[in-house]
Amino acid sequence: MHETMKKNPLLLAIFATFVMVLPWVLGGFFENGNSWLRAVDFALLYILLALGLNIVVGYAGLLDLGYIAFYAVGAYLYALLNSPHLAEVLPAWLSHPPFLVMMVLAAIVAGVFGVLLGSPTLKLRGDYLAIVTLGFGEIIRIFMNNLDRPVNITNGPQGINHIDAVQIAGYDFGRPIEFLGLTFEKIHLYYYLILAFCALIIFVSMRLQNSRIGRAWVAIREDEIAANAMGINTRNVKLLAFAMGASFGGVSGALFASFQGFVSPESFVLMESVMVLCMVVLGGMGNIPGVILGAIIVSITPELLRDIINPLQMAIAGKRVVDPENLRMLVFGLAMIIIMLVRPEGLWPSKRRRAELHPKTKEIALQEKDSLQDAERNHD
Amino acid sequence: MSTLLQVNDLKVAYGGIHAVKGINLEVKQGELVALIGANGAGKTTTLKTLMGMVKPAGGDILFDGQSTSKLAPHEYVSNGLVMVPEGRGIFSRLTVEENLQMGAYSRNDKAEIAHDLERVYYLFPRLKERQKQLAGTLSGGEQQMVAIGRAMLSRPKLLLLDEPSMGLAPIIVQKIFEIIKMIAAEGVTMLLVEQNAKLALQTANRGYVMESGRITYSDDAAALLANEKVQQAYLGE
Repeated sequence: MHETMKKNPLLLAIFATFVMVLPWVLGGFFENGNSWLRAVDFALLYILLALGLNIVVGYAGLLDLGYIAFYAVGAYLYALLNSPHLAEVLPAWLSHPPFLVMMVLAAIVAGVFGVLLGSPTLKLRGDYLAIVTLGFGEIIRIFMNNLDRPVNITNGPQGINHIDAVQIAGYDFGRPIEFLGLTFEKIHLYYYLILAFCALIIFVSMRLQNSRIGRAWVAIREDEIAANAMGINTRNVKLLAFAMGASFGGVSGALFASFQGFVSPESFVLMESVMVLCMVVLGGMGNIPGVILGAIIVSITPELLRDIINPLQMAIAGKRVVDPENLRMLVFGLAMIIIMLVRPEGLWPSKRRRAELHPKTKEIALQEKDSLQDAERNHD
Repeated sequence: MSTLLQVNDLKVAYGGIHAVKGINLEVKQGELVALIGANGAGKTTTLKTLMGMVKPAGGDILFDGQSTSKLAPHEYVSNGLVMVPEGRGIFSRLTVEENLQMGAYSRNDKAEIAHDLERVYYLFPRLKERQKQLAGTLSGGEQQMVAIGRAMLSRPKLLLLDEPSMGLAPIIVQKIFEIIKMIAAEGVTMLLVEQNAKLALQTANRGYVMESGRITYSDDAAALLANEKVQQAYLGE
């Protein structure tokens, strides 16, 4: 996507305009436009998460099944600092920190958790790493669930309520703002806020991809021993991948908490980690536009199904036969199986993954064949 | 000629088994030194110890006058100690060019890297033809070229070659040794570990013969080739 757009500024302008007016288009076209916009806001949050996980899984090749834990850390951090729950015990300077400070704090704290997860798993790869990260994700959730005794920190399964929305430059995002004759409600304001963060992480991801660190990640993903022999400090580079991925997760978690106004442990179950991983794999591991596409598809499909299946059932059977929520996993699972069989590289793969699974050009295909067949004869 | 690598009384043990039983070895600036010996003589263990992949049980290793015992594995390359591992260790899912560039990872001088890349392509025209091909789809000989070319891009002060002939057809082995000679002619210092003793000694300036963890002969390569006992044991004559 970004390559075609670099070549065609007009296309980029059209795309940018579309993204900017989308909330109003939704409001204009659908009577339940606001619920659609809410779904889009969540899709944007998932894009943030998927792009963060893409750094760990797509770039560095470290299979992380507990990624949602960092989202939880960011969310709870925001919730604790911006709600009445701990207001009495928190020192005044820590309560309701300014927006930017809060975001940096969420990134740092989640990043530290990333290193905490990363350091004991440095020697693990593949399945073994997946199991440990899965356990880590569950540990975090269970902590959130049980840290209401003996001292009530997280308020246990009830979660934390009355979380304040963010305030930027004196504007409270929890209240409608009138601007240019338009009323920006909370969902509109958050749409633009999360969109800005998406733009930021897309920019960072693009820069990382072609950086020295990006190349080091590719190397350790392919062969860790050889990477070490190239002079790459594999330990630091892997920890950096965990920390960066985690800090993006933490920021999206903080945004989630402030948007939702409420957090509880059940938002951070294993299924969420799996979903985010699905977005990355389905869209195209390591490819930014692919991951974005994956996140949009996986997060919007259930909403679409709800809007299509319910009226359809009413029309055909005259009553609701199945709950679309149940059908969703069926359709979704089936789609995953088909896509992974037909397009194992994902819907919109990076050039590299495509090259791994399909030869790039006819010429190279021929060369490869040549190499394997007449191999040792042809050396000049 | 100054001494680049000095190994004093090096001992390596795996558990109770003593793989290297106190060897002395040196490589001078600009030399091509061969370390030959039968399977299991301790050659590869010696190389791995030189690269810090195995911890020695005793003795010391001085590279460029400095002890290497404090270096972390990833710091060897930037100090100029580079190995082409046994079995090549290339990134099979990266292209030829990406593999070569990975060799320059610890360098920052872009213009010089580009120059060195051209030089590798000059030495290996075959690789230039295939620069966009995934390295894993190359033939064994081509992969060995990638491994050597990649090591060259690290600008080694000392290049350690572990069994470059392993698993290759005889005609390709010839080709690889011609390349090693070419690189040596460019002034790269090399320590070559090889089972193909004859070819190694024909290529090298000096040689060491290793036998069950000890160095039994050390001499000029030509003298070793002429040595009757070495001939009987390793050259099949």
